[in-house]
Amino acid sequence: MSIFIDFVLIPIIKILVIVTFVFVSVLILIWIERRFQGFVQSRLGPNRVGPQGILQSVADAIKLLTKEDVIPNQVDRFIFNISPIIAFVTALVVFALIPFGAELNIFGRKITLYLADLNIGLLFIIGFNSIGVFGIILGGWAAKSKYPLLGSLRSASQMISYEVALIMSLVSVLFFSRSLSLVEIVKAQQEMKVWFAFIQPLAFFIFFIAGVAESNRLPFDLPEAESELVGGFHTEYSGMKFAFYFVAEFAHVIFFSALVTVLFFGGWLRPFPNVDWLNFLDYIPPVFWFLGKLAFFVFIFMWIRATWPRYRYDQLEMISWKWLIPLALVNIFITGLIVILVK
Amino acid sequence: MGKRYLEHTKEIIMNMGPQHPSTHGVLRIKLWLDGETVVKSEPIIGYLHRGIEKLAEFRTYTQFMPITDRLDYVSAASNNLAWVQAVEKLMGIEVPRRAEFIRVIITELMRIANHLVWLGTQANDIGAVTVLLYCFREREEILDIFEMFCGARLTLNAFRIGGLAHDIPPGFKERVKDFIERFPKYIDDYERLLSENRIWLQRTKNVGIISAEDAIDLGLSGPSLRGSGVKWDIRKSNPYSVYDELEFDIPTGEIGDVYDRYKVRIEEMRQSVRIIKQALEMMPEGEIRAKVPRIIKPPPGEVYHSIEAPKGELGFYIVSDGSTMPYRVKIRAPSFVNLQSLSKMIEGHLVADIVAIIGSIDIVLGEVDR
Repeated sequence: MSIFIDFVLIPIIKILVIVTFVFVSVLILIWIERRFQGFVQSRLGPNRVGPQGILQSVADAIKLLTKEDVIPNQVDRFIFNISPIIAFVTALVVFALIPFGAELNIFGRKITLYLADLNIGLLFIIGFNSIGVFGIILGGWAAKSKYPLLGSLRSASQMISYEVALIMSLVSVLFFSRSLSLVEIVKAQQEMKVWFAFIQPLAFFIFFIAGVAESNRLPFDLPEAESELVGGFHTEYSGMKFAFYFVAEFAHVIFFSALVTVLFFGGWLRPFPNVDWLNFLDYIPPVFWFLGKLAFFVFIFMWIRATWPRYRYDQLEMISWKWLIPLALVNIFITGLIVILVK
Repeated sequence: MGKRYLEHTKEIIMNMGPQHPSTHGVLRIKLWLDGETVVKSEPIIGYLHRGIEKLAEFRTYTQFMPITDRLDYVSAASNNLAWVQAVEKLMGIEVPRRAEFIRVIITELMRIANHLVWLGTQANDIGAVTVLLYCFREREEILDIFEMFCGARLTLNAFRIGGLAHDIPPGFKERVKDFIERFPKYIDDYERLLSENRIWLQRTKNVGIISAEDAIDLGLSGPSLRGSGVKWDIRKSNPYSVYDELEFDIPTGEIGDVYDRYKVRIEEMRQSVRIIKQALEMMPEGEIRAKVPRIIKPPPGEVYHSIEAPKGELGFYIVSDGSTMPYRVKIRAPSFVNLQSLSKMIEGHLVADIVAIIGSIDIVLGEVDR
């Protein structure tokens, strides 16, 4: 009985909670983004459906669900159909590894606030991220139309260059955590009593830029580049398949914010874990700290989008290969040297 | 193996438009692309052709006025001005000074409104969405002023041959004054969002360069020409209305890239504010309409009159046979002539630059196709 509860019932409940969390937060996020942009741009934004327009995304989702699924004649049907699913599923799976908080005691049972704690956690996440890119590349390719083709080509080269920078920025964090498991990384920050962002600011900086590029957001939203490529890779998609791409993009935003929180901002830890007189902050449940930090980074994503123009394709590559990757390498070298010398 | 493979690479031909978010209307550009680099391009126009020049031959001189609104619908009053001044030149009508000053105020406000639409769309093309909304917020105020002046907001039909239809309403002066007092601060805001932004500079500097010689050869006019460093403005070189009494500078660029044209237009908005401020002070009391016969019948002959419209030299060439309707009207539309330079500017650039360059030439298809 106990085995059943531990290995079947609780994981299923956790999966449901996580999937619901992702879906609900994506819906809310789309609404917040539109309202926030409206606020920034001195207009109203959606405010008709439900109080303050909060049900706008629900209405949009229903509309997309009931819409006719148009498949253009020339497309490669099989790939055209599975690519949105690839993008969507990979964006969702990685949430399994995110630790939302410390352990909880419910009815005398220890419950961990994550679905899985793999010892190769980060590797797993990066791997799935790379697979997710296939959703975009194949989607644009299978559409057999020129704008999506350009979009997917851009996305292919963008992902390759930013993946490198992303992974390299992570290496210097691993010097301190000595583990690829996300839970261990948070625990390492707890033991060192400092967030990694403060001892690895450069790595954080590189990681964040690469993260924005990975999730196709302004100023790096070249694969879609509305004003240049119309819709980029998803030009030919409509209805639910388009919604899959859309949800995947926002899920990516949430996921990257969560990852930044875990890797650089102490996950569920309270601010300034080294300052004792702030101990009263411990009474706030760790989950709230986690979600608060996550919300903050999501907000930065939105803020950037509302303020900045878009980079050009070649400039984008330039930033990665000429700045981020060399900087990340230097950072690895210096960090490694310091770690050895301190030992 | 590798060589055979190379033989099979070929350029792709891509259509940009007529339905495309950044071609500013129904412009279609046929692109020969090598990867994302433009090898050759060919703008294809005519999707908005309404035969306006032919329409003129079946309208009286007064009836043609509202149709000029539809040429460059972003700056309707400038078209009106060019038309009424061409007819007045043909008939030798002297317009009262008060009317001239009001015309200057309205057309300079129109210039600001036009440049705001340009700035907003240009920024939107490059990805800065917020600037678009800010620009339209200020444009809204100008449109409100127009509504106060003549009841219409977009297609103004603002002037009449020989003067104006109505005098300015009470409170108009104060409202314009209030707006131009606040407006320079808004321009600073746009500049803070764009001119000081690294991404914006990287996207606009050294993109779409056209040299001064090429610009003159291709017949560029307006801010697009001044961006290349040619100091030529009809308001100065061939002053019409009361521009010779007003003080203003002609901003010019240096190398003629997108950034220079951007800077020129931003500075032009500031100069327009200066002009309006002076015109408001210098505006005398008095008549607003000259003595014009009820039925307008210019003597047989021909006339060409051009003004500095926000987009460049806008000219009307009228041939009159002495009847109530023109025998032939030819419109020298700035957008149409400026569009010629597009192929030259985008050659060798990337797809992303095309939208930046189209935006920087500032075309309106209503005027290109006519």
